[in-house]
Amino acid sequence: MNLRKRLRELPLHVMLLPGVVILFVYSYIPMVGITIAFQKFDPIKGLFGSEWTGTDNFRYVIQMPDIVQVLWNTVFIASMKIAAGLIVPIIVALLLNELKNQLVKRGVQTLIYLPHFLSWVILGGILIDILSPSQGIVAQLFKAMGLDPIFFLGSNQWFPFVIVLSDIWKEFGFGTIVFLAAITGINPSLYEAAIMDGASHWRQTWHVTLPGMMPIIVLMATLSLGNVLNAGFDQIFNLYGPVVYESGDILDTLIYRMGLIDAQFGVATAIGLLKSVVSTILISVSYYMAYRIANYRIF
Amino acid sequence: MYRRLSFGRRAFLTGNYIFLVGLSVLCLLPLIHVLAISFSSSSAAAAGLVKLWPVDFTLSSYRYILKKPEFFASFGVTLERVALGLSVNIALSILCAYPLSKEIKDFKYRTVYAWYFIFTILFGGGLIPWYMTINKTGLIDSIWALVIPGAVPVFNVILLLNFFRGLPKEIEESAFIDGAGHWRVLWTMYVPLSMPSLATISLFTVVGHWNAWFDGLILMNFPENYPLSTYLQLMVINSNPMKLDMANMKDFAEISDRTTRASQIFLGALPILLVYPFLQKYFVKGIVLGSVKG
Repeated sequence: MNLRKRLRELPLHVMLLPGVVILFVYSYIPMVGITIAFQKFDPIKGLFGSEWTGTDNFRYVIQMPDIVQVLWNTVFIASMKIAAGLIVPIIVALLLNELKNQLVKRGVQTLIYLPHFLSWVILGGILIDILSPSQGIVAQLFKAMGLDPIFFLGSNQWFPFVIVLSDIWKEFGFGTIVFLAAITGINPSLYEAAIMDGASHWRQTWHVTLPGMMPIIVLMATLSLGNVLNAGFDQIFNLYGPVVYESGDILDTLIYRMGLIDAQFGVATAIGLLKSVVSTILISVSYYMAYRIANYRIF
Repeated sequence: MYRRLSFGRRAFLTGNYIFLVGLSVLCLLPLIHVLAISFSSSSAAAAGLVKLWPVDFTLSSYRYILKKPEFFASFGVTLERVALGLSVNIALSILCAYPLSKEIKDFKYRTVYAWYFIFTILFGGGLIPWYMTINKTGLIDSIWALVIPGAVPVFNVILLLNFFRGLPKEIEESAFIDGAGHWRVLWTMYVPLSMPSLATISLFTVVGHWNAWFDGLILMNFPENYPLSTYLQLMVINSNPMKLDMANMKDFAEISDRTTRASQIFLGALPILLVYPFLQKYFVKGIVLGSVKG
């Protein structure tokens, strides 16, 4: 009987086989490749022929003059994105909820989701053009108002804020989807009861809508914890340059330049490993918290 | 029950309309501005005369691009990539999601497999080992380098398996009693019933493959193998004299053409702008990651 039951499950194993093999090769084998972080890696000698150097690469990373700045840039940009990426969509979802005209509502939604589907190559190209101090339209506006144009993408003072603002511009619409869905799911009788008790629109929002959204807000906040070291490689890579390394260089861009441009494989892998370990811990903690607080399970 | 709205409420509603419509326009304006530049003459663009409407209307920048063989080559690579990527990603999503959507009593090793998949989201080797693995498996400079390494989209698998779980259990139970096997249940029942979810996943996959530029940049050594996004990255971003401003070349006389870059940007975004209105109705319904039990 038991054997027959196992035989019935055979097709399920067969279905999973291709996925399992591909993940093994392209996700698990690279994990073995992490050993490069403990070697003076030589591509000619290969993974098993290179000289072992223990923790030398990590010592080198810690002593790098820029590492603290890069880490700070990463956490600073990522945290600002996380915070704004929560607050802006919540506010926009609340405001959208007030629109009674369905046509306008749908039109607004369609337009604000759109930038999410365009890549940072496209949007980066647009931003570089718009913000160009010599010809960009923003500089034109500044001149029209009698101000000196600011070189936003070439100034360490402005660069992180341009990054955060343009990221919000791209993603806030998409973020509202979740919160709008949450508002739609609130029991209408709660509003009726609030109106009976004489609650104003403002009080209804405060005492019914917001508490109704709370589980989703908590969930989104918790899940975004895992991104504290992800400041957005695609975006920054397309917008930064040597002039703004000081304020805009992040772990991912540093790993790219050290590893694939300067061929310092060991050191780049060591930085990558540190980032992976911290990210894994953060994601695990945030998913566990999401499970405890909001009873959320990914599957 | 109609009640007259107070003045404050009306003011708020009016302001809200204006604000939200303004916000939507703000999402569109930069695109319109770039479109206007692409249809203007080089001199007008360089003089900064173009706002939201073309000045000295001309198609010359588009003619210039469409004469470039590199543009078409990269466009072909992208089409190939999207076609292969879509079929491989969707096939694997379906094949992986079905067994993982089973309960333990029907599939003893489900949890083991599930963790095997989830762990790849949690932890990765990082850029360098990933690159070396692809190099060692001989995919560099082949179209498969853009398809195979990301062939198992774990997040899409999770989306789909959650959708499968929402289907009534009675369907498969009665099918099994009638003697159908897992394969038949999957292809004749689960797949047709999951069209909304599959449409959402397909949209994400197509957009993802269309927009991906980084893998093309590092995995392809020859420009003729670049997908369109990578080609644009080099033409519009990397060789951008406005970026050279950054090397403190503020007086740099701009020779490379702003209008050419603008039309390339627009052509790169065009396919997405075209399919987007038709597909957006799906994903609002289709995005439910996991489940919150209140």
